[in-house]
Amino acid sequence: MANAHQNPAEPHPSLDRVDGRLKVTGAATYSAEYPFENLAHAVLITSTIAKGRIRTIDAKAAETAPGVLAVLSHMNSPGVPAYGSVKLPAERAPVGTAFRVFYDEFIYFSGQPVAMVVANTPEQARHAASLVHVDYESEKHQTDFEANLSKAAVATSVQRNKTSPFQDYDRGNPDAIYTAEVKIEATYTIPTQHHQPLEPHAIIAVWEADDKLTVYDKNQGVKSAQGNLAQAFKLPRENVKVNSKFIGGAFGSGIRVWPHTVAAVLAAQKVNRPVKLVLGRELMFTSVGYRPFTVQKIAIGATKDGQFTAITHEGTGQTSTYEEHLERTILATRAMYVCPNVSTRYRLLNLDVNTPTWMRGPGDATGMFALESALDELAFALSIDPLELRLRNHADSDPERHLPWSAKSLKDCYRIGAEQFGWKNRILEPQTMKADGMLVGYGMASSLYGFHRHPSKAKAVLLADGSVVVQSATMDIGPGTGTAMTQIAATMLGVNPKKIRFDLGDSGLPDAPGQNGSSTIPSVGSAVHAVCKALKIKLLTLAVAIPGSGFADVRPEDVTVKNGRLFPSADSSPGIAYTDILKHHKLTQVEVTEESKPGAERDQYSMYSFGCHFVEVHVSPVTGEVRVKRVVTCADVGKIINYKTARSQSIGGVVGGIGMALMEESAMDHRYGRYVTTDFASYHIPVHADIPQIDVFFVDQPDPYVNPIGSKGLGEIAIVGVAAAVANAVFHATGKRIRQLPITPDKLL
Amino acid sequence: MKDKNEIDATGPRRDGDHHQEDRRLFLKQSLAMTGLTLTPFSFFNAEPDSYSVLAGNADRVDLSLTINGVKRRLSVDPRTTLLDLVREQLGLTGTKKGCDLGQCGACTVHVDGQRVLSCLSFAVMQQGRKITTIEGLSNGASLHPMQEAFIKHDGFQCGYCTPGQLMSAVSCIREGHANSEAEIREYMSGNLCRCGAYPNIVKAILAVKTSGQSV
Ligand code: FES
Ligand code: FES
Repeated sequence: MANAHQNPAEPHPSLDRVDGRLKVTGAATYSAEYPFENLAHAVLITSTIAKGRIRTIDAKAAETAPGVLAVLSHMNSPGVPAYGSVKLPAERAPVGTAFRVFYDEFIYFSGQPVAMVVANTPEQARHAASLVHVDYESEKHQTDFEANLSKAAVATSVQRNKTSPFQDYDRGNPDAIYTAEVKIEATYTIPTQHHQPLEPHAIIAVWEADDKLTVYDKNQGVKSAQGNLAQAFKLPRENVKVNSKFIGGAFGSGIRVWPHTVAAVLAAQKVNRPVKLVLGRELMFTSVGYRPFTVQKIAIGATKDGQFTAITHEGTGQTSTYEEHLERTILATRAMYVCPNVSTRYRLLNLDVNTPTWMRGPGDATGMFALESALDELAFALSIDPLELRLRNHADSDPERHLPWSAKSLKDCYRIGAEQFGWKNRILEPQTMKADGMLVGYGMASSLYGFHRHPSKAKAVLLADGSVVVQSATMDIGPGTGTAMTQIAATMLGVNPKKIRFDLGDSGLPDAPGQNGSSTIPSVGSAVHAVCKALKIKLLTLAVAIPGSGFADVRPEDVTVKNGRLFPSADSSPGIAYTDILKHHKLTQVEVTEESKPGAERDQYSMYSFGCHFVEVHVSPVTGEVRVKRVVTCADVGKIINYKTARSQSIGGVVGGIGMALMEESAMDHRYGRYVTTDFASYHIPVHADIPQIDVFFVDQPDPYVNPIGSKGLGEIAIVGVAAAVANAVFHATGKRIRQLPITPDKLL
Repeated sequence: MKDKNEIDATGPRRDGDHHQEDRRLFLKQSLAMTGLTLTPFSFFNAEPDSYSVLAGNADRVDLSLTINGVKRRLSVDPRTTLLDLVREQLGLTGTKKGCDLGQCGACTVHVDGQRVLSCLSFAVMQQGRKITTIEGLSNGASLHPMQEAFIKHDGFQCGYCTPGQLMSAVSCIREGHANSEAEIREYMSGNLCRCGAYPNIVKAILAVKTSGQSV
């Protein structure tokens, strides 16, 4: 039984997480956990109306409450230099304006920060916050997506940009859908969903001097946060330090620098002390973005034997009144399957809500829920096995860009997944499989996510004792970045991983992208690969200079490494220890920095990660309760660096997808324009009892074109498609097609 | 005593019944402890208005308890939760705050050997009690078997739920509720993991349980 969860293809035992010990002993330090003498504590006060303006803020009682240092609002904020001063008469921010905290009296959404209490202790701050009275002048708000759908329009940013991928798209004949032999057409809805990482967003802001700022902040990119804060406060970039060594999950919620972060920096300025702000769970619903409410209409036309002849995909997502958040919702449809006639449309609906943001598998998790559900509907209409339908329409090259794939092993994923799952035991007809009084359903779906690689730098330092320090300003929100990078360095340098330390999460380290878009291993992994290669060459040069070392005339490509030693070739001599090379040259260390970036391959190949998920559900015919019994997931992400952490990342994606499919829904009371789901008792995420064992498989073939390490991203494809696989399994079990997530029992009865 | 054991044995859960029970226990304890330690005034008898005034001016209260084997004599704001006491005042930040509402399990510690949600317990309720936090789980440099198992089975990603999961996992075995994967899932369901490390956590707990090591 133990073996059932092992990947038979696993080539070598994986390195345990390098920070595992810190995490299991409680010694890992997250943003809110840095000790400071004189630390002050902040509590945010947020608007209770969705639209209007602040008439007055009465903070007198709070200001005189014990321990209170300041009550901050637009009336007394030190001001963010980049905002400029308020023009009079004040006007609402036009579309395209990032939210400005404590700037003027306008309210754009319920839960907007309007004031902040800073006090000596958290208890004093919390109490004083309850004493602040804000008086509002309300205006009529619009927060109901479905009621306002007819007002959706092409985003203004898209109108201005003729090459935007979100422009209306027609490939072939847009009318082909009307003449298809067989056609299905349906509308799919996903509600607003929230990231809700277990660690709430938190920051400690410290002004080291009038023009020097340090923040310990929960975010997914120390370099971009550094740039943003430097810009906002008009400081030289190097005067801003961002430290984010441990992040308790984020899933996209930490990609931007949010208003609360800026608010804490303002507060620290105001009280001239380090200030800590930790968002309460309820504020995590209005402060750090969300997966937007999205409605999609899909039609697929096909021949009777299941060849696609036309696909139309229209998607409309929600955004705020002040910013346009676009995501890939309709884009996968153009590339996923071979089809001559494809049309897509993308619209936005501005509402009196806060701006959404990217959430794991942004756009694609949404779009592929609709597309992969629609495929299942077509398969049923045609009485074709859903996997067979996908194989018949498999795209051997990119049908959108007319380019070859850099590598694509989706067919292998289908084969491995189907075999491991036992897909052949599926009975085509829904509502036919039963077990223990439960309706049994098998469902599957495909997954894809674009390949992203950004310029990245890494530094490697070999020390006199033979240990190595590798550094890059990359992040770890959970996948195990440090572990994977250590493993790459250990392999490249032939050094025991225990002798390698990888530093990340500090804006003072060499440039690297934030952790998003499944880009970390492809980008930073390549930089670590490059810097270790450069270090090896430098060591060779030093070895050549040692008389009698046997390295004269040795070509760099022939050098091999093992156990901290350099060898002139694979099969020769005792070689020379790195430590001896340094000793001979009387060096205390050897240091190199390298940059790695993408090149012309991006224009020659279309690059994606692919995968698929197979799900078995049991549905109670009495209560409509859905239990996920089994999941088999298989991913094609090029070479796997560390099976253990990669498998965990896949499992995490599947768990997130199960939440998306069965329970996650941020419900709003539109009378007030406010969420009523503001905690884990009302916004349900999967718990232990909801999750079965999940079997993860990888094709594990290096992609020869994407980068030197042959690895593509895994974080997003792990969740993309999962919700559709669950919905398809529910249909197979019950004969009921649920097109509006989440699939709660009421929809099945 | 029987009552208390039963409640604690089910651990921090979030489904209706047990939640209710947790709250009832919580209230009972609060009342008992305020009676014992907060002689100057009682929050529970105060009118709403006087409540705000009183709370704002609350004095500090003396408290002695044992944390990770060390006796501490402290002075605390009576509004301080056990969670904020360990995190903010004592610098033991291994215990995590995920929700502050008793819904996530990240703040789980052991009080007199039972798993307890420290965010739902006032510090002043702990007079004379023995608290164990994640920092006190291992024995010096050598890890607790459950910590070893979490590393081996990769029972976490971001690590934020991990201290709470570990404290609950140890209790789960001590309570005798780790006899199958299904039972472990049931008795660990008060500890949320947004990274979705559940299958690996279950494997880690089962491995420790079947190894017969003492926890
Ligand atoms: S922090 Fe105590 S249960 Fe969440
Ligand atoms: S490991 Fe991230 S929440 Fe559990």
